[in-house]
Amino acid sequence: MKNVKHDFVEKRVGWLAVLATITISIGGLVEITPLIFQKQTNEPVVGLEPYTALELEGRDIYIREGCNNCHSQMIRPFRAETERYGHYSLAGEHVWERPFLWGSKRTGPDLARVGGRYSDEWHYVHLMDPRDVVPESNMPAFPWLAENTLDGKWTAKKMEVFRDYGVPYTDEDIASAQAAVQGKTEMDALIAYLQSLGTGLQQQAN
Amino acid sequence: MSSFWSAWIIVLTLAFLVFIIWLLRWNMSNYTHIKEGELMDHEFDGIVEINNPLPRWWMILFWITIVWGFIYLALYPGLGNFKGLLGWSSSNQEVLSLEESRAATEAHREAGLVVQYDREVQAADDRFGPIFEAYAQRPIPELAKDEEATEIGQRLFLQNCAQCHGSNAMGGKGFPNLTDDDWLYGGSPEAIKTSLIQGRRGAMPAFDAQFSDQQISELATYVLSLSGRKVDPEMAAAGKQNYAVCAACHGQDGKGNQQLGAPNLTDNIWLYGGSQEAIEETLHNGRNGVMPAWIDILGEDKIHVISAYVYGLSNE
Repeated sequence: MKNVKHDFVEKRVGWLAVLATITISIGGLVEITPLIFQKQTNEPVVGLEPYTALELEGRDIYIREGCNNCHSQMIRPFRAETERYGHYSLAGEHVWERPFLWGSKRTGPDLARVGGRYSDEWHYVHLMDPRDVVPESNMPAFPWLAENTLDGKWTAKKMEVFRDYGVPYTDEDIASAQAAVQGKTEMDALIAYLQSLGTGLQQQAN
Repeated sequence: MSSFWSAWIIVLTLAFLVFIIWLLRWNMSNYTHIKEGELMDHEFDGIVEINNPLPRWWMILFWITIVWGFIYLALYPGLGNFKGLLGWSSSNQEVLSLEESRAATEAHREAGLVVQYDREVQAADDRFGPIFEAYAQRPIPELAKDEEATEIGQRLFLQNCAQCHGSNAMGGKGFPNLTDDDWLYGGSPEAIKTSLIQGRRGAMPAFDAQFSDQQISELATYVLSLSGRKVDPEMAAAGKQNYAVCAACHGQDGKGNQQLGAPNLTDNIWLYGGSQEAIEETLHNGRNGVMPAWIDILGEDKIHVISAYVYGLSNE
């Protein structure tokens, strides 16, 4: 075969891999890499508070129970969404989220600003059996959350790890972490977490 | 964005576009110098390859995508700090507070830039704003008789209130029924509106420490007797001895106090259940019902319309 230059990569799998990698990296290099260094993705919104020890444990339960499979935490900038959920989500609200829980599927409603929208008691009843308060709901019940208690063994460690990532926890926060969650139920923790969602931005209005 | 990252994006984007143009041109030229349809001298295991280039119309589609790419990058924000000729953006993504968000909306509007989200909201406000404003001028009792207003109110209620109070507004355990004439914080138009705007916090203390189990049973029995339920008169009489503590909020006659949100204990309507056990549980552990504040979420005009709907439920 003469003069067929792509013959070169077709017969050399190493070169093929290298060139293919470069080609498909361009999109990421242009769209993702600069974002890592932008103010808007690194600077917290005014009023953003790190999760308390209990909220942090609640967040882990949220992840464990797979809440993010059915609930997003990302209000898109469309009026149809902001009318229902509140101001659209800002990057600055998620700078301390690792991993973020934006989700991609809404079987249930978005929870990005569910904090303060319902009472603690409503959340309790709703998590024990969602149909007690919303008869048409198809959300599973999570009654075991009220029975399992937390020992807080790893809470301080988790907060230390987050501090390494730049979350402004104080030594005091970390020292008192275990005491703050010990004996609380998983239900308490999850409700505390839910009540904290999206409140950083909301509280400015008050 | 710093000029370094802006340049990074612009250079990589444009360089890659140029690279694709080169690649496309190269592939369109017949660099093999073999005529179309002839063998390419490429044979493997008896299979031969014929020079059979992509159809011309297909290649033209590639060119169109590239031209489209340049047009897009010229009109919309894509190249680093270049905002695009249309001055379009989807939303105010660089703000860090609600104030900044509002200021950015204002600034963009004055500069004639198109922020898609703000335009959408503006269009809705132009259309629906006057309707809500007109409703806001009318008193709630009058609005409650307006069919259109109550329908709008009901929609808003179903969206925001039904999760606790139920889609029929009849509530449930711990969440008040709004269709009866029994009000914790008052059923006047003003009281309903205030409940929505500010929210309410019930504060029934726990009496576990203060009273023995026996005393709590007696108290619960006495409370039941206030609604005219048949109870053991001795137990009730004993409970009455300690009722003074309850009277501070619920009143000596048990009629409650709407200033405090203390329920009327004489009407046989029970927020947390009217069985002996349920009342004992209330006394043991206390109750702290919470109505969230809605002013920040809904705004006063919408709350006015919802208030009219709720008022109408028990004032037909």
